[in-house]
Amino acid sequence: MTAPTTHVPQPTTHKNMTMVAAINDALDIALAADDTVHIFGEDVGVMGGVFRATDGLQAKHGEGRVFDTPLAEAAIVGMGIGMGLAGLKPVAEIQFAGFLYPALDQILSHLGRYRHRTRSRYHLPMVIRAPYGGGVHTPEQHADSPEAILAHTPGVKVVIPSTPADAKSLLLSAINDPDPVFFFEPIKLYRSTKEDVPLGDVRIPLGKARLVTHGDDVTVICYGGMVEVAQKAAAAAHAAGIGVEVIDLRTLVPMDTDTILSSVTKTGRVVVVTEAPRTAGFHSEIAAIIAEEAIEHLRAPIVRVTGYDAPYPPFTAVEDVYRPNPVRVAKAIRQVMNY
Amino acid sequence: MVQCLAPDGSVVREDLLPDPETRLELYRQMRRARHFDERGWVLYRQGRLGVFPPFGGMEASQVGTAAALTKNDWLFPTYRDTGAALTLGLPIARTLAYWRTSPHGWHMPADLKVLPFYIPIATQYPQAVGAALAERRQGTRNVAMAFIGDGGSSEGDFHEALNFAGALNAPCVFILQNNGWAISVPTRAQTRATDLSRRADGYGIPGVRVDGNDALATYHVTREAVNRARDGGGPTLIETVTYRVKPHTVADDPSRYRSEADTAGWDAKDPVTRLRTHLLNAGLMTEDSEADLLAEIAAEFEAALAEADSYPEPTPAEILDHVFAEPTPQLKKQRAEILAEHAQDKKEQA
Repeated sequence: MTAPTTHVPQPTTHKNMTMVAAINDALDIALAADDTVHIFGEDVGVMGGVFRATDGLQAKHGEGRVFDTPLAEAAIVGMGIGMGLAGLKPVAEIQFAGFLYPALDQILSHLGRYRHRTRSRYHLPMVIRAPYGGGVHTPEQHADSPEAILAHTPGVKVVIPSTPADAKSLLLSAINDPDPVFFFEPIKLYRSTKEDVPLGDVRIPLGKARLVTHGDDVTVICYGGMVEVAQKAAAAAHAAGIGVEVIDLRTLVPMDTDTILSSVTKTGRVVVVTEAPRTAGFHSEIAAIIAEEAIEHLRAPIVRVTGYDAPYPPFTAVEDVYRPNPVRVAKAIRQVMNY
Repeated sequence: MVQCLAPDGSVVREDLLPDPETRLELYRQMRRARHFDERGWVLYRQGRLGVFPPFGGMEASQVGTAAALTKNDWLFPTYRDTGAALTLGLPIARTLAYWRTSPHGWHMPADLKVLPFYIPIATQYPQAVGAALAERRQGTRNVAMAFIGDGGSSEGDFHEALNFAGALNAPCVFILQNNGWAISVPTRAQTRATDLSRRADGYGIPGVRVDGNDALATYHVTREAVNRARDGGGPTLIETVTYRVKPHTVADDPSRYRSEADTAGWDAKDPVTRLRTHLLNAGLMTEDSEADLLAEIAAEFEAALAEADSYPEPTPAEILDHVFAEPTPQLKKQRAEILAEHAQDKKEQA
């Protein structure tokens, strides 16, 4: 039984960077710190990835450590599983979360089951990174949010950062985790903001949510690309005298229910925001947990602000109809306030 | 098609004969595998084994190939490859436990790199590429061997793996056991390209077709492939031409989809009889020494069966063990639920 190593972060200083640069920094640190870390996928080597997340890493760490694969997602994940069985730490990139589906057999049949079906004789310290979500007018099938499929798969963890600093420290935690982790990176936030990111090997434990804003009236729960949307709605509500507590979940599996429940107990009003389709999304799991654990504290029905039960539309003119925006979230906040 | 022994046991190619000790060891392993298969049927009928897929008649295909590995090499077997797993050293007791659906069958020995039997067909192929590549990256000469059937060679993962292994020069040996049937679908209905070894051509890797009922031939071609992989020469696809004389599983009735005429002639090609004839003719074995061998194999099996019988049944909360290194808060909560429910059940029974 390998227990995750306890790690005391020792940031020496900070550097202002985008999320994609922070991810690149995390990968660079992981490659340098541990010979077993290997990065592979389509276009990650010579080109440095379609979003440049692996830019410069092959030149620095060599073709043996960072390499291009043929175009086949099932084999990328399947080969990664074999590498993990044989003692490496595979960090695979799937070019877009919407291209993950060919690998679902490998994921659903093996990735999360290996520890279980060998009684921990084998475990898979594998990370699968994939850009996800909409908001940047990508072509058809490039904007999916498949996190609920993975959260519904026993034995795999799901991490979705929303800031450059979180992306870096959560990715380093994911790479150092003894079990498989899906790491979904919000495309919309790759380069839209910069912040001061601590240098060096910094890690946030998985399963700890972040309080983005504090408030006593409404709890808004979200993650990834929806955090900035919720923040904007919260700022508008704040101007109208409503105190909104925005919770960035950071990791879906394991989920920090304590932070959710203590906020909900205080506010009694809940809005859950994701950009995934409505039915059976992870937002529904959040709502169910609150209904099970804190229903007596609720002053209004839980409201979900989500995408719709249709494929994500690649139509620039109306993409914003599908993907929740601050206006829709603000409306939901008013709805729970006026119930 | 590479062949060393004709079906009647006569030597076709002297140059492929391994040394006498190896020939005897291949025979011993084939008899161990056959004994497991035969006793498995009986145990199943007695309710002492779950549904399992028999492999009797395919021993040369499984033993001759797996025997070319060492304990430092990887083996990715499918559910029909009990014979290959036993050859590399998977304990009989654990194997019985696996087919009894006991978690004790999931405890893989720490000194072996044998993976649990693969159920979703073809998924094992890319994984073997990964294990092989990892060995290479870590500077060893170890290889990975993966098994598949004629049906599985239609799956996308099979093709992706062959292409990956070629492109990345992974030290992988792909065994494709063409046993004529994917449950009820014959190979001729599976594909128009019925010489399955030719599939290697599409990926720029060597493809070999071998008589899968000739243990000396399967051993010879596999050893060549293993040595080539160890030396950095990359992957090989080996098609072992054999036959599934038995049903798909002990619960299957093949008369629904095939006739006696389909299987006619395969008994005469039996791999165990073939090597036996050769060993007796060559004076490497006598009826007496064979009787001793069979007694030893039977005793080994019964001791393993007793060990398997001694494994305790799992407890209810064990279903939540080994999901993560550290159980999540959600799993801890669910464990408490199971324990409480189970305590309640016990109370009600009392």
